[in-house]
Amino acid sequence: MFGDLRERTSLFVALLAESSKKRPRFPAAGTAPNDSLAERLRHARNPLVQLMELRIDRDAVDRARRLADAIVDPVEDFIARHSTVSVERAVTRLCGVDGVDSDGVPFPNRLVDALTAREPGIARALGAAIAETGRGPQQIAEAVAAGETLPDPTRTPDAALRAALRPHVDAGLARLDAARRTRDAMLARLPQDAPPLLYVIVASGNIYEDRTAAIAAAEAGAQIVAVIRSTAQSLLDYVPFGATTEGFGGTYATQENFRIMRAALDEASERLGRYVMLTNYASGLCMPEIAATAAVERLDMLLNDSMYGILFRDINMQRTFVDQHFSRQLNARSGIIINTGEDNYLTTADAVEQAPAVLASQFVNESFARRAGLPAGQMGLGDAYEIDPDLEDGFLFQLAQAQLARQIFPDAPLKYMPPTKHMTGNIFKGHLIDAMFNLTSVMTHQTIHLCGMLTEAIHTPFVGDRALALENARYVMGTARHFGDEIEIKPGGKIERRAQDVLAGAVRILDAVAERGLMRAIEDGTFADVRRTRDGGRGYDGVFAKAPGYWNPFAEALRGEPAAA
Amino acid sequence: MTSVKPYGDTLGDGAVQLSFTLPIPWNEAADEAARRLVGMMGFTDVAVVEGRAIAAGFSFFVVYARTPVAIDVSSIQAPSAARETLSLDQVDELVAKRIGRKLKVVGACIGTDAHTVGIDAILNMKGYKGDYGLERYRGFEVFNLGSQIAVEDLVRFARDRGVDAILASQVVTQKGSDIANFTALAELLEAEHVRERVLLIAGGPRVTNLLAAELGYDAGFGRGTLPSDVATFIARRMAERVSA
Repeated sequence: MFGDLRERTSLFVALLAESSKKRPRFPAAGTAPNDSLAERLRHARNPLVQLMELRIDRDAVDRARRLADAIVDPVEDFIARHSTVSVERAVTRLCGVDGVDSDGVPFPNRLVDALTAREPGIARALGAAIAETGRGPQQIAEAVAAGETLPDPTRTPDAALRAALRPHVDAGLARLDAARRTRDAMLARLPQDAPPLLYVIVASGNIYEDRTAAIAAAEAGAQIVAVIRSTAQSLLDYVPFGATTEGFGGTYATQENFRIMRAALDEASERLGRYVMLTNYASGLCMPEIAATAAVERLDMLLNDSMYGILFRDINMQRTFVDQHFSRQLNARSGIIINTGEDNYLTTADAVEQAPAVLASQFVNESFARRAGLPAGQMGLGDAYEIDPDLEDGFLFQLAQAQLARQIFPDAPLKYMPPTKHMTGNIFKGHLIDAMFNLTSVMTHQTIHLCGMLTEAIHTPFVGDRALALENARYVMGTARHFGDEIEIKPGGKIERRAQDVLAGAVRILDAVAERGLMRAIEDGTFADVRRTRDGGRGYDGVFAKAPGYWNPFAEALRGEPAAA
Repeated sequence: MTSVKPYGDTLGDGAVQLSFTLPIPWNEAADEAARRLVGMMGFTDVAVVEGRAIAAGFSFFVVYARTPVAIDVSSIQAPSAARETLSLDQVDELVAKRIGRKLKVVGACIGTDAHTVGIDAILNMKGYKGDYGLERYRGFEVFNLGSQIAVEDLVRFARDRGVDAILASQVVTQKGSDIANFTALAELLEAEHVRERVLLIAGGPRVTNLLAAELGYDAGFGRGTLPSDVATFIARRMAERVSA
């Protein structure tokens, strides 16, 4: 169907929109005004359909969850007692502080760096400054950047400084909630195609080229567009500012770049009659600030892992644990779906061996996410199709692992990542491997499907590469749409036995980690064979213990009871 | 046979396949534009076998054509850095006998590159495709600095630790960042008077030995390289230096 569209431009788009209407969709948005994206993703699979099913040890699954909770509990105690400079900067951003000074230093950094004591939190100092001067947060930040000092918050009565900041906190939360309501309304009016939701990346380094590529990808069938960040951004201890046109391996995540992409995708969504989602990265040293910015600019997904930065970017573990918690609190409130990074365990080591580590990490990510109030419907737990294509029956192993995750996390919008490690310059074989990946995804009802590029090993995708990848996925997922609902897995066969082995292996890992504690386990190189010390890595100097009376009004507002799984 | 052309199904037919995107809406004229464009590239017998819209403003083409040019392959040399690769035991024996101490090897993804998959495959104990990494060799002491290492830090490390070989990896090649980083490393090593004391090796999917030589490196290893290829090169070259 797609290949036959030899029509003029306008007609092409109209036809594409029309053709997509005929394909299955999410159930129309419910009547409830709070019928969120997560709710609808949860119902995307029709529970009446008999799906293929692995027989798995439910007791082992329960045990894995208990172990994950036991692993996360002590870390949560640590998190509750600490904050970081990036959490504090996120607070200033949520209060409306934005922009950079004449040296290009963001005002949120200026403000937090100006604290004489950071232990009580920036909110106290900011509240006191507002109460003392009558100025707003942005004016205060600019004055501080110009050399003024922040008042000593202990000299302002507690009630006065809280009251002074309150309107700005409320306005910040209102901005988050407004973005969420806009998304919900657009999704109701412009429903997406049925999952797996086709996800592509753009990564030119230039936001305006990215915009062109994103629109082209949406027209070719993409339902989610991720703007890959410039490769060094995770190590920057500030969020760059403004529209950017220079980057390496990607484009800087800035609020203005978010705005440019969201506007372009909104326009495309209206034209195509289906909402196109936008994704970026809440990872690295500025996780909470990116989460705050993304929430306001209505991004729909964020890559946000509880351990990725520690293991693969050498970011301090204490920093990461504290940052991921506040980020996820913000994501929960904003309705943003997180994508976790388990694919990285597979790209750096043997994928067959590492399958239990992926599952163990999914359990840990789930537990951390739940503590931050994130409902299951917003947990895009990760996995990837990375087994060596030369391994006999490798496809069976992939199927086992993907189906296992689907059954263990039935309400999670699972994120399935394409082959990368074994992709070569042989684009023809690569396209075939991607097709097998696409088949696995549709058979096992994955939700977020990152389309594999035939040129994966060669360059950041060309516009034509993306179109071919989307065509591949649409073909395979169309022709095999209900295949997974029509077949049964042989009891006791290779697929089922593999799934059982992976689950048992994950329980063993979690057992060992629970015994030692998560931070100690990371120090011992339990995950991905990478050793990180508690006080080592980047960003450790930005972690601090909260003083008695520490105040973060946003964390307070977002705390609430953990959402039901 | 010295003068060769691409081979489709008949010797000398010069058959090639191309695919590309034009930033224009698709229509019949777009196919014709693609056909003429390929003709302007110097190809003959151009057949646009597929032309279609991939987005409102982009058209994608698959083209078959023939090239009139041929190449004299006898004049071409591109020596590989990996020749007659030794086994792990052979390398260890060579190092033990000829050098008599462990060779210090440092590896890093330099500049902003965060893709350690290549350097990890060469250095990590596990190795790649059943071929153990350099950490497994008794003859090497390995320092894997990981991702996003500034060339200044790598040079300082090499100088302070007195390393014998530096493995610099680059996976990201966007806008020539790989060449810039490789060049910066080589220049800084020269400036710091460390260059002559170390074996300097470039690695990455787009690296060739020829490219590495042009950049002033001792060797370059590209896609498909096994750890034992690199191990053999380091051991042999260091043994040669000892004898020299």
